[in-house]
Amino acid sequence: MYKIVEKQELAPTIKLMKILSPDVAKKVQAGQFIIIRTDNRGERIPLTVADFDREAGTITIIFQEVGYSTLQLGAMNVGDEVLDFVGPLGRPTDIENYGTVMLVGGGVGIAPVLPIAKALKEAGNHVVSVIGSRCDELLILEDEMREASSELYITTDDGSCSYGIKGFVTDKIKEILEDPHYDVKHIWAIGPVIMMKFCATLTKQYEIPTTVSMNPIMVDGTGMCGACRVSVGNETKFACVDGPEFDGHKIDWELAMRRMNIFKEKERIIAERYEKGGNQ
Amino acid sequence: MALNLNRIPMPAQDPEVRNKNFDEVATGYTAAMAVEEAERCLQCKNPLCVPACPVNINIPKFIHEIATGDVVAAGETLKDANTLPAVCGRVCPQESQCEGACILNKKGAPIAIGRLERYAADLQIMRGDFKTAVKPSTGKKVAVLGGGPAGLTCASELAQQGHDVTIFEALHVAGGVLMYGIPEFRLPKLVVETEINSIKEMGVDIRVNSIAGKINTVQELMEEQGYDAIFIGTGAGLPYFMNIPGENFNGVYSANEFLTRTNLMKAYDFPNNATPILVGEKVAVVGAGNVAMDAARTALRLGAKKSYIVYRRAMEQIPARLEELEHAIEEGVELMLLTSPTEIVGDADGNVIGMTCVKYELGEPDDSGRRRPVVIEGSEHMVDVDTVVMAIGQGPNPVLLETIDGLELNKWGNVVADDQGRTSLEGVFAGGDIVTGAATVILAMGAGKVAAKTMNEYLAD
Ligand SMILES: Cc1cc2nc3c(=O)[nH]c(=O)nc-3n(C[C@H](O)[C@H](O)[C@H](O)COP(=O)(O)OP(=O)(O)OC[C@H]3O[C@@H](n4cnc5c(N)ncnc54)[C@H](O)[C@@H]3O)c2cc1C
Ligand SMILES: Cc1cc2nc3c(=O)[nH]c(=O)nc-3n(C[C@H](O)[C@H](O)[C@H](O)COP(=O)(O)OP(=O)(O)OC[C@H]3O[C@@H](n4cnc5c(N)ncnc54)[C@H](O)[C@@H]3O)c2cc1C
Ligand code: SF4
Ligand code: SF4
Ligand code: FES
Repeated sequence: MYKIVEKQELAPTIKLMKILSPDVAKKVQAGQFIIIRTDNRGERIPLTVADFDREAGTITIIFQEVGYSTLQLGAMNVGDEVLDFVGPLGRPTDIENYGTVMLVGGGVGIAPVLPIAKALKEAGNHVVSVIGSRCDELLILEDEMREASSELYITTDDGSCSYGIKGFVTDKIKEILEDPHYDVKHIWAIGPVIMMKFCATLTKQYEIPTTVSMNPIMVDGTGMCGACRVSVGNETKFACVDGPEFDGHKIDWELAMRRMNIFKEKERIIAERYEKGGNQ
Repeated sequence: MALNLNRIPMPAQDPEVRNKNFDEVATGYTAAMAVEEAERCLQCKNPLCVPACPVNINIPKFIHEIATGDVVAAGETLKDANTLPAVCGRVCPQESQCEGACILNKKGAPIAIGRLERYAADLQIMRGDFKTAVKPSTGKKVAVLGGGPAGLTCASELAQQGHDVTIFEALHVAGGVLMYGIPEFRLPKLVVETEINSIKEMGVDIRVNSIAGKINTVQELMEEQGYDAIFIGTGAGLPYFMNIPGENFNGVYSANEFLTRTNLMKAYDFPNNATPILVGEKVAVVGAGNVAMDAARTALRLGAKKSYIVYRRAMEQIPARLEELEHAIEEGVELMLLTSPTEIVGDADGNVIGMTCVKYELGEPDDSGRRRPVVIEGSEHMVDVDTVVMAIGQGPNPVLLETIDGLELNKWGNVVADDQGRTSLEGVFAGGDIVTGAATVILAMGAGKVAAKTMNEYLAD
């Protein structure tokens, strides 16, 4: 059993938890994820490692309540234990000194960007970060990202962040890529699939290598089931073991978006039942 | 005594009832049936059945014990040689092992060794007595990587020799394919869990949620954590796809995904269990091994109206256990033989709406001696299905192996080990599907047992 030692609400529906798992904390690196299962009827759900503390033996996860399993996890409290917690899964980010790098995080996707930003800055990169959300209220990890970046830009779709930019992350990315001041060598873009798609389409025009982190539906997370298939450069890859990071310019985005919807109807059934008080 | 050729049939649920539930299909012998079947055994002086069992159970002895009503002794005889008798009695391909070799097989009525094994082992489970003596501690530490049949057997044998054994298992339960692959209706999970508990009672520490290679490497286990020997039993868990167009449409599963969702995650009891599965009205399962039969039978139980086995070769070449094939047909699974898909067709939303197939005829025998299927020109046709399950085989999972420097692998990525379980690295042993490629439960157990013997000798030096 794995104890929840800290819990915060970062924004409505977005929660942070620190969970005790010394074995995972000892080994995990930026870019990797874990799989969690709350109880013995629960689903195995993948969540990116947003931070870790090797000494305290904790892993930080940040998740958005979007359906049954994340709602159920969100209802747990400090002192509660989750039944299963396994990791570190996936391949770590390739951290090296590229020079100037750009990190783009959208919505809850800012969480996985944070450890990558930290590691890249530590490796000596000039880290330009662009984080965005629908509105100010949903923007998470602003202070942490400021600390982990050399420069930080904020965008909100509705302009509700007064010192940020009104618009999408892609608007700011384009501006930076057009600016001769910057010589961006590599970009990481993590967020909703549609955002990653638009980022990758944009950066392709500038021919700047762009890494995205795919979040397909998973079961085991160890390469055993193939549920997490993504098509990269016309080759089928298993995101849990070959990824989750891939070359954004080679992803089949239409396929990725379709595969997210396989169980939509079932997800709706169980979430509704939960909200009515079942499955607790 | 006159030869009795009346093999006692196994009672089973009616096919039209069972194809709608996940309860066990074969309900098991009663005491009277077991005694009657056991009395047929000739108690051969040189029993042919014993060497045909990969773990060499003393078959005449346990059968005699059943015949004389001493089921407690029968259970102990089984456990002396076999860590998981209630599992093997159910899933071994007996027709090609013990029963295939039984002297009465010549007369077409071999002793139902598997059924008798299940009978005695089930009674032992019900009594809950697993007295397996453990020798005094040797102070040696062994790590077993992977908690499937190979790893469990190796661990149990080594624990009995007094070694301190830890199993590292990637999933949230041990058991390997027994838990995630083979369905509840063929192998109740309670049976597997109970047999695994008997291994825990010997003092084996089973650490689930522990992916070897990720939380610790073989080097770290040996150099930093003080393990004296390692056994690799990580199985053949990597599903193959055909690499034909349309394989990533919604509605195409690997058999592993289809079965894992259903068995391990209990999707058949959604939404009481949170993991969903989606099965359409017409399901095609590609392949004809045990895995394919399990998927095709599972599809019917999940509500499919049609469930097809699509297989490139002919009836005689079907590799599944005979009993599974018979049960599948009884339950309404239809066979499309000498047929293979070339493309999966989807609609605009990416959902499967059909599968293009070609027909084959049998040509000259190939290297394996099986007649090679050859495509019939112009035989393309559309099969009307909305779900496709690929059950064409599995390979070794590289997650652990790619972290071990200097471990010799063959061209398919399997670990190279000799017939005593030794790998190219000192102190590292291996067995089961990770060495042989996808095979059987009992072969994996046999390999685990042999490796344990070698490891025990290695640890004594
Ligand atoms: C490698 C990886 C890292 C992730 N990291 C984060 C993270 O840091 N924070 C975060 O909020 N979310 C993250 N996700 C997404 C998260 O796993 C899903 O939101 C969660 O599983 C939804 O479960 P649910 O029951 O609450 O919602 P559901 O109602 O079941 O599903 C909502 C949507 O989530 C997706 N989803 C459903 N089941 C799964 C599953 N088993 N695996 C993956 N996706 C699924 C589907 O697209 C679905 O439409 C990550 C996903 C992956 C693959
Ligand atoms: C659906 C299906 C039906 C079958 N039916 C039959 C049958 O009727 N009769 C029969 O005899 N055989 C059958 N088989 C084959 C049989 O199950 C296998 O041959 C047998 O389970 C192999 O045992 P194993 O211990 O080598 O591997 P597995 O059973 O595959 O166990 C390997 C274990 O290692 C774990 N693992 C993998 N990587 C790691 C890692 N890095 N760290 C830690 N743990 C890891 C896995 O999670 C798994 O638990 C069937 C197989 C399938 C898939
Ligand atoms: S373990 Fe398998 S092969 Fe051996 S006797 Fe039992 S059923 Fe036969
Ligand atoms: S070969 Fe057949 S008859 Fe002879 S001992 Fe074995 S099971 Fe009995
Ligand atoms: S989640 Fe099963 S193979 Fe990736």
